[in-house]
Amino acid sequence: MLPEIGHLALILALTMAVLLAALPLLGAARDDARLMATARPLAAAQFGFLALAFLCLALSFVHNDFSVQYVAEHSNTRLPLWYRVSAVWGGHEGSLLLWVLILGGWTLAVALFSGALPRDVLARVLGVMGVVSIGFILFMQLTSNPFERLLPDFPVDGRDLNPLLQDVGLIVHPPMLYMGYVGFAVAFAFVVAALLSGRMDSAWARWSRPWTTVAWCFLTLGIALGSWWAYYELGWGGWWFWDPVENASFMPWLAGTALIHSLAATEKRGVFRAWTVLLAIAAFSLSLLGTFLVRSGVLTSVHAFANDPGRGLFILALLATITGGALALLASRARLIRSAGRFEPVSRESMLLINNLLLVGACGVVFTGTLFPLLVDVLRFGKISVGPPYFNALFVPLSLALLAALGVGPLMRWKRHDGSLLCKQLAPWALISAALGFGLTALLAQRFHFIVALSSALVFWVLFGELRDVRDRLANKGRPWVALWGLPRHYKGMLLAHLGVVVAVAGVAVTSAYSVERDVRMTLGETLRVGPYHYRLLRLRDFDGPNYRATEARVEVLDAGSRVALLAPQKRLYTVRGASMTEVAIDPGLTRDLYLALGEPLSADSWSMRVHYKPLVRWIWLGALLMALGGALAVGDPRYRVARRERRAASAGGIDAARA
Amino acid sequence: MRPARKLWAALPLLGFASLLAILGLGLGNDPGLLPSALIDKPLPAFRAARLEDPARIVTEDDLKGDIALLNVWATWCPTCRAEHEFLGTLKQRGITIYGVNYKDERAKALHWLATLGDPYRINIDDREGRLGIDLGVYGAPETYLLDSAGVIRYRHVGELNQRVWAREFAPRIEVLAGSG
Repeated sequence: MLPEIGHLALILALTMAVLLAALPLLGAARDDARLMATARPLAAAQFGFLALAFLCLALSFVHNDFSVQYVAEHSNTRLPLWYRVSAVWGGHEGSLLLWVLILGGWTLAVALFSGALPRDVLARVLGVMGVVSIGFILFMQLTSNPFERLLPDFPVDGRDLNPLLQDVGLIVHPPMLYMGYVGFAVAFAFVVAALLSGRMDSAWARWSRPWTTVAWCFLTLGIALGSWWAYYELGWGGWWFWDPVENASFMPWLAGTALIHSLAATEKRGVFRAWTVLLAIAAFSLSLLGTFLVRSGVLTSVHAFANDPGRGLFILALLATITGGALALLASRARLIRSAGRFEPVSRESMLLINNLLLVGACGVVFTGTLFPLLVDVLRFGKISVGPPYFNALFVPLSLALLAALGVGPLMRWKRHDGSLLCKQLAPWALISAALGFGLTALLAQRFHFIVALSSALVFWVLFGELRDVRDRLANKGRPWVALWGLPRHYKGMLLAHLGVVVAVAGVAVTSAYSVERDVRMTLGETLRVGPYHYRLLRLRDFDGPNYRATEARVEVLDAGSRVALLAPQKRLYTVRGASMTEVAIDPGLTRDLYLALGEPLSADSWSMRVHYKPLVRWIWLGALLMALGGALAVGDPRYRVARRERRAASAGGIDAARA
Repeated sequence: MRPARKLWAALPLLGFASLLAILGLGLGNDPGLLPSALIDKPLPAFRAARLEDPARIVTEDDLKGDIALLNVWATWCPTCRAEHEFLGTLKQRGITIYGVNYKDERAKALHWLATLGDPYRINIDDREGRLGIDLGVYGAPETYLLDSAGVIRYRHVGELNQRVWAREFAPRIEVLAGSG
């Protein structure tokens, strides 16, 4: 019964989406207040039905209803409860349901928190989100219904969730990622609404800024979680593989990062308007492209869902409609878009332009590398794959250039900055940074790596830039700590996010250059040296888990005779799928991770093992966390709320606008 | 100024259209075909136990002699259950079917065959999935078409039903039977 209720709820949600796409947009075109007023209740009803559908699927998992094909393929009676719940998004159909649920959630959030928007803007924004929603719910209904039954012959037990996905990281990773992907739909909807209305001033940029930042924070966390999961779950000690699916999430992130910066310039100075419009369309379109790449089966990847060209065709049509429609609209309205502000070559605007060019360039590099194999295949030149050397060769210089710009950009004034004065002020700091970066690398590391030295010099360069800026702002303000706390939240948010960039870069550079990795044979009682530590295998034992059999090793890590850590890596055989998995053991630390993975048994008392020593690896995710926190801090800036209250008071006639 | 501006505005649209074209063409290509470099190659050499009688060993030579299907199946796979009846129909039509019991448990598999019928001439026990790796099995069910010399002529991933049979298998078998 539950699956049928869920299916019905999905159909009703589709109906709400159709109404949401039709009525408010029609109302906005005809200036009909009653039609426009339907937008908010429809958004709420859509979300309600989507939530009901999701709940029904989740309950089918909890009750082990294997007559539902999706449940039978992704769950098992022996699967622990929390994994049964997260198995809802463990496969294609269910994760798509999560996708539309989140889209419904964002739509509802816009409806709830944008009460102060002019009503035609709100009606158009919600209407556009309704259009996107129709596309995806229809996609589920036509090609990927999670409520499909296996009747009358249903299996007594399910196939189990893919063991790789039986993990805490994977419970949270997809929802975070989708919050980011789908969140860009809000910025997209604001742009399309502005294009539809023909009012291409900076107002839409002001309204969509906080939404874009929130979506970007989620995407940042989602990507970081995915990287962290790959690091400890796949057992190779890697944290980024330039895999098509990782790239699919990285491209919208790069475009979104560019968007956040160009939105700032558009809102504050009225410049780059057309460019910002294009970026907002691009960020969401790249999210859609990611969906296409992951679910159509055009590229092979460790993450890919089941191949189905029919699904691919549908997403392609969706992409053509949504992105093509927006771009066509942009082309027809291009004459309305005029950038207002003027700026000199040395100014914050031009630094933001450089930031955007570099980020979009990086996005282009990833885009080309990801789609090149497909292009070659289409042109019948054979099958190729593009590997990390390509990405690293192009991506690293672009990132370092970005860091160099990051050290100066935030110090500059809008419109015009005195270039020669700036050079004079910054020259000594550039020298000090270079000396520190190269000196420390030469002193502390066993081997000198030019890239690491350069990266650390740039890290110091950015840090000094931030510190100088903070010092200037705090000058003559009394007690520094109180004054620091009193700085505007959006400014503190920016500092924190930029600090995150620096921390992540330091982590990437040092881990990439100085990780030690060795495959060794460990015998009971013997001691081995890898990197700076000694390892001793103390014990081996076999045991049974809920849905797997496992062997666990206990390995003692010693530094100069005293114990640093006790590691217990496991090798598991998941009985239902017959898949064997490596559970690595990690001794985490701020300065280094010790990482141990079991290989194969070599005899009764010895195993092959892979030992990693990974310095600063945690900084990569710490950096991402700081970036996301910075974003969150900036969104919480009270100036937004004050603005809303003032506008609300001022706009008794409902004419003027405020931000959400 | 005006026409130039128009051109700029249309540029993203043009770029996007070419991207769509590439993606659309890409849909026709199936990267899943990559591992079936085995097509028109003989079955990889293997030695495995028979499902019914672990003491008896099957090798690739045992599968030669007739045009036959090699069906990869398991009791944990709902789609295998869905296609099982159709395999029985094929057996009645006189088609030789060999089974690869893939990453499964012997007791469950034997119970399945006893209750649902056994369409297979020989069943290979591939509990570890070794043969599956050699064949490049993507997931159960998968069905391979073998000619009488044991050469793989076609591979189908997913459920085998009347539609797939009529469209992909029957014409190929006709050609093979005609030439051989």
